[in-house]
Amino acid sequence: MYAQMIKSEATQDDPEKLAEFQKKIDDGIKVEPRDWMPEGYRKTLIRQIGQHAHSEIVGQLPEGNWITRAPTLERKMILLAKVQDEAGHGLYLYAAAETLGVSRDELTEMLLDGRMKYSSIFNYPTLNWADIGAVGWLVDGAAIMNQVPLQRTSYGPYSRAMIRICKEESFHQRQGYDIMMKMAQGTEAQKKMAQDALNRLWYPSLMMFGPSDKDSVHSTQNMAWKIKMNTNDELRQKFVDQTVPQAEYLGLTIPDENLTWNEDKGGYDFSDPDWTEFFDVLKGNGPCNADRMEARNKAWDDGAWVRDGLMAHAEKKRAAKTAAE
Amino acid sequence: MSKEWPLWEIFIRGQHGLSHRHVGSLHAPDAEMAIKNARDVYTRRNEGVSIWVVEANNISASSPSEKGPLFEPSESKIYRHPTFFDIPDEVGHM
Amino acid sequence: MSVDKEMLTQFLLRMGDNTLILGHRVSEWCGHAPVLEEDIALANTALDLIGQTQLWLGYAAEVMKDGKTADDIAFLRDAWDFRNLLLVELPNGDFGQTLMRQFLFDAYQSILLPRLMKSTDQTIAEIAEKASKEAAYHVERSADTVVGLGDGTEESHKHMQAALDRLWPYVGEMFISDEVDAAMAAAGVAPDPASLREEYDALIGKVFAEATLTIPDSDFAHKGGRTGATHTEHLGHLLTQMQWLQRAYPGATW
Repeated sequence: MYAQMIKSEATQDDPEKLAEFQKKIDDGIKVEPRDWMPEGYRKTLIRQIGQHAHSEIVGQLPEGNWITRAPTLERKMILLAKVQDEAGHGLYLYAAAETLGVSRDELTEMLLDGRMKYSSIFNYPTLNWADIGAVGWLVDGAAIMNQVPLQRTSYGPYSRAMIRICKEESFHQRQGYDIMMKMAQGTEAQKKMAQDALNRLWYPSLMMFGPSDKDSVHSTQNMAWKIKMNTNDELRQKFVDQTVPQAEYLGLTIPDENLTWNEDKGGYDFSDPDWTEFFDVLKGNGPCNADRMEARNKAWDDGAWVRDGLMAHAEKKRAAKTAAE
Repeated sequence: MSKEWPLWEIFIRGQHGLSHRHVGSLHAPDAEMAIKNARDVYTRRNEGVSIWVVEANNISASSPSEKGPLFEPSESKIYRHPTFFDIPDEVGHM
Repeated sequence: MSVDKEMLTQFLLRMGDNTLILGHRVSEWCGHAPVLEEDIALANTALDLIGQTQLWLGYAAEVMKDGKTADDIAFLRDAWDFRNLLLVELPNGDFGQTLMRQFLFDAYQSILLPRLMKSTDQTIAEIAEKASKEAAYHVERSADTVVGLGDGTEESHKHMQAALDRLWPYVGEMFISDEVDAAMAAAGVAPDPASLREEYDALIGKVFAEATLTIPDSDFAHKGGRTGATHTEHLGHLLTQMQWLQRAYPGATW
């Protein structure tokens, strides 16, 4: 998802070293920051981990949109805790990326000027309270699908960040589903909100897994390096199979006339999302791209005096301490 | 271009832990703020009691030895725990 | 000595409305803070404050005994029934103003809550004990930020001085005693607010000196929040956000 459209980076390293490196990965030994690694491996990881981190940060915004309107004190707290978790996840991931020789500020600049991306899903708006439920249920659900296997990724710091994140993620999906249950079992207006949320967020959630394998950028290298653990279609199928019964339990209708159980394959047949829309969103034409980037740029620009001020103070303290010694 | 906040590596020893474990890193202008930030970032689930911070520059390493963090549930923020939400069995694993 | 239920309710609403409105204001920063670590810290603060709100307003609901819950109290009262300080309902302004407000409030809580731990009202003592630990952490953090920015760059200093100038007229309200306070003090439930001023001035004086900030030379204090007599225009707008769902869809379960 943060790896949507990530190409395997070409590498011009010594074939013997490459083979040794590949054997290490095949044997399940983790690659650590000071180990030799192909330049392509390093570059691909920086992009994937970095975009994963950016996704967490930008992902605060669609949910943050409803914190001030959360309908009870408990929901307010739960949503605040979830958004705080997302910020924390971003931080763990930036920390992992920084072990590869890039700084967090550099990554931030690349996000803000568009050189790096974030998951397409966060370019969609949250329009009613049920969206907050749907985001937890579907978006976090899709993320979990992708993140659980990534716990076994080859790069040590990334793997450990994923383990920590996965421990916290289950609460996210469950709180989202809990909201959906309340809504689906609530008043007529609430049921309408729940169905409306599902209608709008279903296909964008499917898009999170990236284009069909047949249209995907060549990802064989990333699979061999265990940077990518499953194909897009594999994960998307698993997500659909898991989610359909959950929607049925809620009494909600997935907006797909072609959704049918396929006995032979032991899974659901379903309609593809509109891939034109997907590429449009990646290009910057999603409903919220401009808003999201504006918000992040503003936070960064408005915050410059704060970061500089606190840094200056720390330096004054350090200088005073040295002078005293 | 402004000066970036330095990077700090964070080590936490849990309530019943025997030693500090590396849990990750964060940015802060100095050590005191790094400790406060670490408390917010790495102990939100009441995971740790003792926090060490070391500026990343000051670590010399042959190869890093990082261990996973100890988790201890926080009694008051129980909704953070998946078991707080009652998801019916028919819905499947969540 | 027993306490008049009405008076006790007013006291509890004052405590709970402060944490509710301030928690709400702080939560507006989610995803917009100057640096990731601050996003997390502010969310932490907001979480602590809303948690305290549940305790204070929950107890108020118990005392009122009219079938209302803490949520009813938070989401179904109009502005004139709120009992928070004017200070906490003001818009956030920039990060400096937000942290200045936070410090001014945290300093107050860090003095009041330990006193409340000795309340003759057992429930208040228990709530205060829990909240006190959080307040101690909050004041340390907000004081550090005020000092860091006050004595940082010339620009950060300007922002903080402007923030202090803007917020100073709202500090006095924390220490104005009325008949509710007199009743609480007489029953040993809570200290008379005026009695906290000296310690407060010493605490903030120390921090502002370190921050190289000048305390405005004025005794003037805006009031009307604690009593509900005159809130600012800002509270009404805040409530249109906070209460929207409960008002638009009455009786629903969320």
